[in-house]
Amino acid sequence: MHLLEVQHLHVTDRHTGSVLLRDSSFHVKQGSCLAIVGESGSGKSVTCKSIMRLHKAWIRQTGEIWFKGEELSALPERQMRKKRGKQLAMILQHGMRAFDPTCVIGVQIGETLKEHYGWSRAEIEANMSLAMMSVRLNNPVELMNKYPHQLSGGMLQRVMIALAFVLEPDLIIADEPTTALDTIAQFEVVEQLIALRERMNGAMILVSHDLGIVRRLADDIIVMKDGEIVERGSANVIFSAAQHAYTQRLVEANRALNGHFERLKGGGLGLVEH
Amino acid sequence: MALLNISHVFKSYSAGGMFARRAQEVVRDVSFACEPGECLGIVGESGSGKSTLGRMIAGLEKPDRGIVHWEGRPVWDRRQRGCRISAVFQDYTSSINPFFTVEEAIMEPLRTSGMHKRKDRSSVDLLLEQVGLNASYRERYPHELSGGEAQRVCIARAIATEPHYIVMDEAVSSLDGSVQLLVLDLLKALRRKYAMSYMFITHDLQAAAYLCDRILFFKEGRVEEIIATEQLRNAQSEYARHLLRMVITS
Repeated sequence: MHLLEVQHLHVTDRHTGSVLLRDSSFHVKQGSCLAIVGESGSGKSVTCKSIMRLHKAWIRQTGEIWFKGEELSALPERQMRKKRGKQLAMILQHGMRAFDPTCVIGVQIGETLKEHYGWSRAEIEANMSLAMMSVRLNNPVELMNKYPHQLSGGMLQRVMIALAFVLEPDLIIADEPTTALDTIAQFEVVEQLIALRERMNGAMILVSHDLGIVRRLADDIIVMKDGEIVERGSANVIFSAAQHAYTQRLVEANRALNGHFERLKGGGLGLVEH
Repeated sequence: MALLNISHVFKSYSAGGMFARRAQEVVRDVSFACEPGECLGIVGESGSGKSTLGRMIAGLEKPDRGIVHWEGRPVWDRRQRGCRISAVFQDYTSSINPFFTVEEAIMEPLRTSGMHKRKDRSSVDLLLEQVGLNASYRERYPHELSGGEAQRVCIARAIATEPHYIVMDEAVSSLDGSVQLLVLDLLKALRRKYAMSYMFITHDLQAAAYLCDRILFFKEGRVEEIIATEQLRNAQSEYARHLLRMVITS
C-alpha cells in the first residue's frame, strides 16, 4: 500500500461554480518524492491544500484521500488538526506570510511543538536549537527571539525546514519552497530538503516550476494544466521523453537556458566540484 | 563616449525607524560604464542594493554622492533623460494601473511625452504584436492577464517611447520556466530591432548569461567583478565563483 493515495479528487468553487481540480488521482510511495509541475493556476496548490484540508468554506472537495490506511476526508476536524504538522507538514512559498508577524519566531515554534509533543520550554529550546544548527542557522536562541521581518526569506524557509526536522512528519508538502528566494538561498534550501529526506526517509510532495530543482529532488513527476493531470511518469522519463506539448515546452525552455549557461561556464577552474 | 557613466556613487538610507540617526549604506563607491547597444547584467543576492542602483540609473532616485551621467549629463535631469530611459519591474501585478485597459496603459507614456500626436491606436497594435500579443488584448484589464502577458504589456509600454535604454529589475524572475524563456527571447529580438541597450538586474545568473554581454557581480553595495559573459568561466573574484557554483542546473 502507498503512503498517500488520492482518488478522483474533484474540487469546485461554490461561489463561481468553476472547477479547480478535475478528477485527479495519484499516489506517493513511502520514502519517495513526487513533484507536481505546471504553470500558475493549473491546480498545484489546490491539490496540496486539499490533502491538508485547508480550503476555505466555499471550496468543495470530493473524492478519497487515503493516508497510511486512513481516509482523511472522513476524519473529524479535531483529528485532522493532530495530523497537520505532526504527520503532514507543509513548507510554504512565502516565509514572510507563513509566520505571524506580531510575535517572535520562538513563540510560534513553541506553540506548535507543545501542541504535538507537550514539551517543556527547555526541551523545545534544546531540540529546536539542534535542528536549526543542522540547517546552518547558527545562533538559534538569538534567532528564536527575532520577529519574522528581521529575518530574510531564506532564513525563514530554513526555520520551517528545521521545524519539520523536529516534527518528523511522514509526508512533507513543499509548495514552491524556493521560488521567492535568490540563487544562494535556493541552493541552500534544496540541500536542506535533500538532507531532510535522507534523514527521515520520509515522503515528499514538491510543487515547483523550476525544473532544475525538480530534477535534483523528484523520483516521480505529474504535470498539471487547467486543473487536470496531463502527464505522469518517473522523473527520467519525463525529462527525456515528455509526451504532452506543455511538458515538452517546459523541458525545452529549461534545456535552452541550461545549455547556454553550461557552455559558458565550461568545465574549468573547478567550478563543477559540487 | 559611453552612453551611461556611473562614477563613485554612494547611497544610504536611514535604518531603524523614523527617528534613528543610523544610516545604512546600500551602494558604496560604484563605478562602471555602459556602451551603446550593450546589455549589462547586474547579478547579486537579495538585499545587495542592486535595485537601488537600478532606481538611480532610471533617475527615480538621486545618489548621495557621485555621478550618474547619461550622454554626459546628469540622469536625474528630466529634460536630459527625456523618454530615452524606460524601466520594467518585477511585480507585474502592481506595475499597471488596475483601472487602465492595456491600451490606456501603453498610451500613458506616449501621452505624457506628447508623442501621442504622431502615434495612434494602430501603433498600440504594432507594439502588442511585437511582444507577441494580438490586438484583442487592447480592451483587457490587468487582472484579466496572466503573469507572462502582464509582463509583456509592461515591456510594450517600456518600448512605446522608443527608448535607448531600459532598466529591467528582476523582469523575468517571477515568471515560470517556459514563459521566462519566451520573454528573454523577445528581449533579444527587440534589442536587435531597436538597437537598444539594457540593464538587466537579476539574481538569476542563468537568465543573465542568456541575455547579457557583460555581467557585473554585485555584493553588499559594491562591485565585485565585471566580466564579459563569454569569459564567465574565467571569473576571478571569490564571490563570482561562489555564485557560479550555486546555480542549480539539471
